[in-house]
Amino acid sequence: MARTTVKVVRKKKQSTRTKNISGRTSVLVATRKGAWIFHGDAARKTWKADGPHFLGHIINHLVLDPRDGRTLLAAAKTGHLGPTIFRSIDRGRTWKEATRPPAFAKAADGSGRAVDHTFWLTPCHANEPHTWYAGTSPQGLFRSSDGGDTWTPFSNVNDDPQYRAWMGSVQDGTPDGPKMHSIIVDPRDPTHLYFAMSGGGVHESMDAGKTFKPLVQGMEVVGGFDATNVAFHDPHCVRMCPSNPDRLYQQNHCGIYRLDRPSNVWVRIGNNMPKRVGDIGFPMVVHPRDADTAWVFPMDGQTVWPRTSPDGKPAVFVTRNGGKRWQRLAAGLPEGQAWWTVKRQAMTADAQDPIGLYFGTTSGDLWMSRDAGQRWTCIARNLPEIYAVEVAEAR
Amino acid sequence: MPWKWRKRDEATNNDLCSANDLMKVSIPSPLLSYTNAREVEAHGATLSALLADLDRLYPGLRFRVVDEQDNMRPHMRLFVNNEQVFDLTQALHTTDEVCLVQALSGG
Repeated sequence: MARTTVKVVRKKKQSTRTKNISGRTSVLVATRKGAWIFHGDAARKTWKADGPHFLGHIINHLVLDPRDGRTLLAAAKTGHLGPTIFRSIDRGRTWKEATRPPAFAKAADGSGRAVDHTFWLTPCHANEPHTWYAGTSPQGLFRSSDGGDTWTPFSNVNDDPQYRAWMGSVQDGTPDGPKMHSIIVDPRDPTHLYFAMSGGGVHESMDAGKTFKPLVQGMEVVGGFDATNVAFHDPHCVRMCPSNPDRLYQQNHCGIYRLDRPSNVWVRIGNNMPKRVGDIGFPMVVHPRDADTAWVFPMDGQTVWPRTSPDGKPAVFVTRNGGKRWQRLAAGLPEGQAWWTVKRQAMTADAQDPIGLYFGTTSGDLWMSRDAGQRWTCIARNLPEIYAVEVAEAR
Repeated sequence: MPWKWRKRDEATNNDLCSANDLMKVSIPSPLLSYTNAREVEAHGATLSALLADLDRLYPGLRFRVVDEQDNMRPHMRLFVNNEQVFDLTQALHTTDEVCLVQALSGG
């Protein structure tokens, strides 16, 4: 018998749906209870839902391979079954399970770790077709060279005593486990990589992952702890500017940062946010053509960390000058009593002009703006808690 | 289910499974996407070997049940003749019937 294949039930004719995803902007939504694909029209005004895919599965990330425009990978598990990766080579029409999902090396002495779930998926460089990276919880880095069918662990990270110390244990992580995330490949050089760990800092490799070094200078940690200890650093989301790969933005547990290489020192640009809002949040979104423009979605990180929109008033904030000033963008969003927030993978941008912005909420609503955040529209309500939002654009 | 098992202590060494003996395995609903059947047959002189055979027949099933360190995943349980078993090296007898159970919890 072939590996598990899931055929998705669709109400529309298959040819119509396929035409939509290949000719328009589509939004890939990963949730706590399955995945959906929303197909937009040319103006991005009307959206048609395709899904649920994998109803009941926890989907942490759903990503289209921009190199072929048809391969989708979904990082999946259920509440009780082990983790896996589902693959589609026909843009979500049919799915097949990975032959060898990400798994840590077995330890003879019984001390080995087990992947609880794959959290992050990154297609590799344009010159390396079929190659992907994955980040897991517990924190681990993996690579596939066959389109996501089989995965190999980076033992130099996953099993390295120093990295294991920086990673900490499950108790050191977020409520559902520490995450390896923000795996970034330099578009100019496939051997230049970054990754971040929700417990353990930002790291860089200049040799395709053979070696990594911490990149945490300038990043702050929770008061009273030693910022020189990599283990105490908690980056939430790191993004590289497509128009200037030497510029990185970061939303961190302790603020918003920018890094301009070759400098190794992060600069806290979140101090310029309004004090009543603060600069705590999860997602970070960069403009595809303007490295001075980036968006964040602040949340309440005071006292017991409610992880809600500050004062129940959700808003996106934008900088158009590299973080010197920030502007609130909330037109169309609820004006009060809205106690949701946006997770680190659940906000993104398309590359159209004007830019389309998209975010999914912890309460299951999908919002978008056709004008770079000036006005917001809800395009889907009542989905399960949204974990990740990605855009799949026409080729 | 009409489980009418012979107790393990009634079995003899002569009953130990050989490579060719098929035994019945009960499958929980979350794994039906692999087997398409509530009950399947597989070979295995031990539970570990039985799981390996199930994975041969239904690729991917084992990793959803047993992690890469060969530990049963949380909430997944194996019963042999109505007795919970944690040791995957346990030998199986020809008359044993194996039940793979998922303990559902959470929301």
